[in-house]
Amino acid sequence: MKIHEYQGKELFRNAGVPVPNGFPAFSVEEAMEAYKKLDTDRVVVKAQIHAGGRGKGGGVKLANGTEEVEKYANDIFGMKLVTHQTGSKGKLVQRLLIEEASDIAQELYAGIILDRSSGKFVFMVSSEGGVEIEKVAAETPEKIIKEWIEPNQDLKQFQARKLAFALGLSGVQIKHAVKTFLSLWKVFKAYDCSLMEINPLVVTKSDEVIALDSKINFDDNALFRHKDIQEMRDLSEEEPSEVEADSFNLNYIKLDGNVGCMVNGAGLAMGTMDIIKLYGGEPANFLDVGGVANAETVAHGFKIILSDPNVKSILINIFGGIVRCDRVAQGVIDALTQVEVTIPVVIRLEGTNAVEARDLLKNAEHNFIVANSLADAAEKAVKATGEES
Amino acid sequence: MSILINNETKLVVQGITGKEGAFHTQQMVEYGTQIVAGVTPGKGGQKDDNGIPIFNTVENAVTETGANASVIFVPPPFAADACLEAIDAGVDLIVCITEGIPTMDMVPVKEALDNSHTRMIGPNCPGIITPGECKIGIMPGFIHKPHGNVGVISRSGTLTYEAVHQLTEQGIGQSTCIGIGGDPIIGTTFIDLLSLFKDDPQTDGVVIIGEIGGSAEEEAAQWMQNNNFDKSVVAFIAGQTAPPGRRMGHAGAIIAGGKGTAADKMESLRNAGIAVCASPAEIGKTMANSLQSKMTV
Repeated sequence: MKIHEYQGKELFRNAGVPVPNGFPAFSVEEAMEAYKKLDTDRVVVKAQIHAGGRGKGGGVKLANGTEEVEKYANDIFGMKLVTHQTGSKGKLVQRLLIEEASDIAQELYAGIILDRSSGKFVFMVSSEGGVEIEKVAAETPEKIIKEWIEPNQDLKQFQARKLAFALGLSGVQIKHAVKTFLSLWKVFKAYDCSLMEINPLVVTKSDEVIALDSKINFDDNALFRHKDIQEMRDLSEEEPSEVEADSFNLNYIKLDGNVGCMVNGAGLAMGTMDIIKLYGGEPANFLDVGGVANAETVAHGFKIILSDPNVKSILINIFGGIVRCDRVAQGVIDALTQVEVTIPVVIRLEGTNAVEARDLLKNAEHNFIVANSLADAAEKAVKATGEES
Repeated sequence: MSILINNETKLVVQGITGKEGAFHTQQMVEYGTQIVAGVTPGKGGQKDDNGIPIFNTVENAVTETGANASVIFVPPPFAADACLEAIDAGVDLIVCITEGIPTMDMVPVKEALDNSHTRMIGPNCPGIITPGECKIGIMPGFIHKPHGNVGVISRSGTLTYEAVHQLTEQGIGQSTCIGIGGDPIIGTTFIDLLSLFKDDPQTDGVVIIGEIGGSAEEEAAQWMQNNNFDKSVVAFIAGQTAPPGRRMGHAGAIIAGGKGTAADKMESLRNAGIAVCASPAEIGKTMANSLQSKMTV
């Protein structure tokens, strides 16, 4: 799960990570009130969306005085912000952050992620702040400095100090950086984060080390113990069909193609998408219906797939292991009494009782296209879209 | 021969009285797995429907029955603790089926594993099977062909079944099949298992099923090159069409910061001389061809 910059900064502030004074605004009026409350001339008007590259897309503006604040708040609020992470359609800006402008002396980068190879979290910093860290990692990897956090322990003072010195900081900056780094780790650990990036982390002209941005992702598997974080979820940032699928415990991700897929198991679902592409089609979605492919789950699956108008055919690929294929087939047949499906449905069932399942489908009222293998299913599903690629 | 488990493996089921645990205990017993004990705290002294004795702690179960492997069906909030308990009890092998364990909880488990003799498969995995001898997990037993010469290592569940099914259809039996799990932190990697298969004279070939995210497949490719792994290897990587930045079902299946793409993994494997299938429907056939060509050489 992701949260907005202003929400992340709230977590930072509470944990003792210095952040600029600022307030979120859900309208231009609120933005102006926030400006008044800040009681300063220079502020930054920042679009709050779940995507990076906001500055380049025109979603972050430095404003001096009431007129400029009002102009930029009007410009940004309600705009379709396009960045390298939003896709060409962009994202509608419905929230702003109005915050004090900082006197920046130096821009740095700080981040925490899991290092899968060692099974430990790693704290990373770089003197190359403000630019894409992936670029730094690819071109000048020596400019990224890392400290691994030992299991059952915290980031140590000496590790934070090493990082601060490696960044070339000096004097009182060291003390401030150490405090900021230790507090960032505290937030990461306390809330089961899966990724944290502060880009830029800045050294101000008065030697403070403050988080000018916040990007935090949370471990979905740990959300059960963080009700406060769950409440921060902004559903308007997510694809409505994905939110709906989630409420049925279905794992759905919308894509841009025209072949809808319904599969049991995440790996097989990805493999099914891949083989559709190999046969010249484009998958419309990832959908893992899990271990129980009964009438209810399948009906929900159909509804969600059909909510995408691009879908021209549906491929159901179930490998019945513990779950019996004839039960799945009956589930699909029953689901069609609940949902009207007018586009071709290709079904491939393999595993336990697959032969019985195929007979059930062939004798069913609905005109299914029954496939005999994975490759056959992909070929038939692509062909059934009626579109040449 | 096989790797890790055989007909002498004695299994304890942690979470034996839960819905999943009870169901799969039944399935495993029917397959012929030797289940000697179950653990559910507070239900010690009872017996399950198969007459398997239940203990309050894994330590008791191990002491009383000589169990040397454990399978975990404990719900996510308590699963990491269950892993630690099994490590503490000194079993040789843990198979953790549970899906959805927080990463923060798994970091200390990985540390404890590194400091013990215990090996763990998973979490978030279908388990491990030596066909015809012992099944520890939730995979359908009947799709396997016993006493074969091909091993399977996979990050996926149903996609593994798909691969096994294709092998069986080609008349190729399996030595041991392992689902290593779809989480960012797992107990056993491709490399760990490849090195076991390397020393198993029964295994002539290995199927590797990877997916997007992380760099485990690249590391495995490098390892096979460095260690002159001379058995037939066929690989498939799921997620060639997956969009970046999206978690594809498994917690570990995500292309982050441009890293962990299927294209990179496929290239690494090809560079190591491995037969990489673009299509998941070609796994069985490709292995059949590879074994055939080795025999004629």
